[in-house]
Amino acid sequence: MKSVFFCRGSRWLPWDANSVPYRITIVAMLTLCGAALIDAQVVIGSKKFTESYVLGEIAKRTLSDAGIPTEHRQGMGGTIILWEALRSGQIDLYSEYTGTITQEILKRTDQLTFEQIASELGKAGVGMTEPLGFNNTYALVMVRSRAEKLGVRTVSDLRNHPELKFGLTHEFLDRQDGWRPLAQHYQLNPQSVIGIDHALGYAALASGSTDVKDAYSTDAKISEYDLVVLEDDQKFFPQYKAVFLFRLALAQPALSALRKLEGTIDEAKMIRLNAEAERTRNYTLAASLYFESDTTSTRLRQGYDAASNAFGETFSHKLTRWTARHLELAGFSLLLSVLIGIPLGIWASRGGAIGHVILGFAGIVQTIPSLALLALLVPLPFFGISVRTAITALFLYGLLPIVRNTATGLQDIPRALRESAVALGLSPAARLWQIHLPMASRSILAGIKTSAVINIGTATLAALIGAGGLGEPILSGLNLNDHATILEGAVPAAVLALLVQSLFDRLDRVLIPKGLRL
Amino acid sequence: MSALVQLVGVSKTFGDAPAVHSVDLSVERGKTTVLIGPSGCGKSTLLRLIIGLIQPDSGEIIFDGAKIAIDKPARRSLGEGGIDIVRRRVGYVIQEGGLFPHLSARRNILLMARHLGRAENEMRARLNQLCALTRLPENLLDRYPLELSGGQRQRVSLMRALMLSPELLLLDEPLGALDPLVRAALQKDLKEIFARLRQTALLVTHDLAEAAYLGDEIVLMHEGRIVQQGSLKDLRQRPATNFVSEFINAQRSLALT
Repeated sequence: MKSVFFCRGSRWLPWDANSVPYRITIVAMLTLCGAALIDAQVVIGSKKFTESYVLGEIAKRTLSDAGIPTEHRQGMGGTIILWEALRSGQIDLYSEYTGTITQEILKRTDQLTFEQIASELGKAGVGMTEPLGFNNTYALVMVRSRAEKLGVRTVSDLRNHPELKFGLTHEFLDRQDGWRPLAQHYQLNPQSVIGIDHALGYAALASGSTDVKDAYSTDAKISEYDLVVLEDDQKFFPQYKAVFLFRLALAQPALSALRKLEGTIDEAKMIRLNAEAERTRNYTLAASLYFESDTTSTRLRQGYDAASNAFGETFSHKLTRWTARHLELAGFSLLLSVLIGIPLGIWASRGGAIGHVILGFAGIVQTIPSLALLALLVPLPFFGISVRTAITALFLYGLLPIVRNTATGLQDIPRALRESAVALGLSPAARLWQIHLPMASRSILAGIKTSAVINIGTATLAALIGAGGLGEPILSGLNLNDHATILEGAVPAAVLALLVQSLFDRLDRVLIPKGLRL
Repeated sequence: MSALVQLVGVSKTFGDAPAVHSVDLSVERGKTTVLIGPSGCGKSTLLRLIIGLIQPDSGEIIFDGAKIAIDKPARRSLGEGGIDIVRRRVGYVIQEGGLFPHLSARRNILLMARHLGRAENEMRARLNQLCALTRLPENLLDRYPLELSGGQRQRVSLMRALMLSPELLLLDEPLGALDPLVRAALQKDLKEIFARLRQTALLVTHDLAEAAYLGDEIVLMHEGRIVQQGSLKDLRQRPATNFVSEFINAQRSLALT
């Protein structure tokens, strides 16, 4: 069971899974939760929205049914993140749209035929299936009652209402086939355009904080919120036919299984699957609907528990997986912060220019918003979309409290005691290990404790770059605008922080010499 | 030459203020030399120079015939371990004891011996000897400094300084923070200890009675210079300057009240 667990670890981490530091942190801290994680052969990725999740689950089920072990990494991020992950082999396949491929991946402004797209992708070592059947193009949507009142029916009609507030997704704002060319094409010049998360955008629309939003034509929310799709009267949006992109290295049996999905999902079916996914909050269950085409929703609901047990993970298993990964991220980064932070703190405690540089650097890192730090690391060669990046970012965050507390702890040792140690004739190393560090131990441990608690909290952001952890349910909850799912991640993260805090309180009693606790 | 330590023309300046100005001093073997003078006269600075916590700006410090010098070549001449070798031949006791709060009394005393890898039984024997010598009950050895009284702390500090049987003992106002009764008891014990060990000691105090009681030789300092050296009788009957008489009269009048 353990070895299976480590197999999974080794595909992620830059060093040997059996090395001593790995064992110390992970075994000691994590095997408490000791769940066997499946060593996945084919890794499926998905973007951070419902349809991508559902298509990912459908692919997973199809491959599993063909006897191929799979893993689905849900909601890894946007197009570029998935594309880079596919090209670098971190994932083997994910669902994509032809329009997105042309504009965002191939960076072409002209229209390409399906064959042209396929041959361009081939140059990058990526294959494409035939279309799955539906066209999920971009659309602008408004609340039906408001659109009718203003007489807005087409995108061109928006020109007459520059007072309308646009709440658009960040991706749409930046896309080459997105907001800017659309506005230029239709001569739109609204007074207010803001970027907002896709799922939150619907809530903003419903509450009247915004008036116009971008959406996908198969979006289940269109019927749920009673929205109207504005007609693309000047045919601006290109075709967005759904396909699967896969690495050309993908094994033949997996590819054959995947190709069975070609031409099997039309718009109506996709909207139904999306609606089911958002209603039940269960992508596995929604995906199973695809395989039982004549199943009524009543029968489906009755089979809810059975389905979630058969095709999905139980909640406790998911929680264990999230928590284990969360502790892996936080624990590893903390270990690095300690190993590097304490020596830096010792160095900084000697004052002078170097001390200022060290404390200044650690302080500056702390002021970079965590999200921005992740975004800065992702494009660097060694990092990318990986656990490595998450651990590095967390490590940098954990550094300051440890460096600062080590430095102040050492500087606070009274001069008379420092001099006594010198006068005794103790060597510098003996003074450090036997006198200075034990005397500063309370301060150093307090710094480590602060770092640990910060890391547990910040590690939830790791899910943004597909590194998993308790941020995963928080992100999908945000995506679904579902508070219960958010709490599934937020509550365990908070509990974890409290547990870590009390663990360190206990550690104080072991590690701080008795003479300092009187 | 029976001088263990000799200072020749030693000067030390902190910032603009000269702390010690061209001092010549001999510490004779087997004798207790007492440095006395008002606060800030440079007496503690002399001790810190001898133990190498600070370096003189000019002048020479000679310990047992070898220069403990400022420049690198001379430091090298001290051999491997340099100044640390000298420090192990010197015991140093400061006002508050300078005990490490995270170590028990026993571990404070044995710290340096352990560092040097001395044999356990040898250390235990020495520890028993020192307990008897300093009149510290053995059951106090497992206490931490915070659990000891001020007098007990000074006894432990003294044991730590004497652990390696140093040739020279430096004491920087060791009794300064103690109440009068404890102080009197420790003065008596110190005198006995010095006598029994024939200990070469250099003690700093600002209390003339203590200096007279413990010192074979009294060195009176003022503003970084040695003003007069000799017995209390010398100082009283043949004061070198007005300052000497003032200092002695001030102390005597305090003692009479």
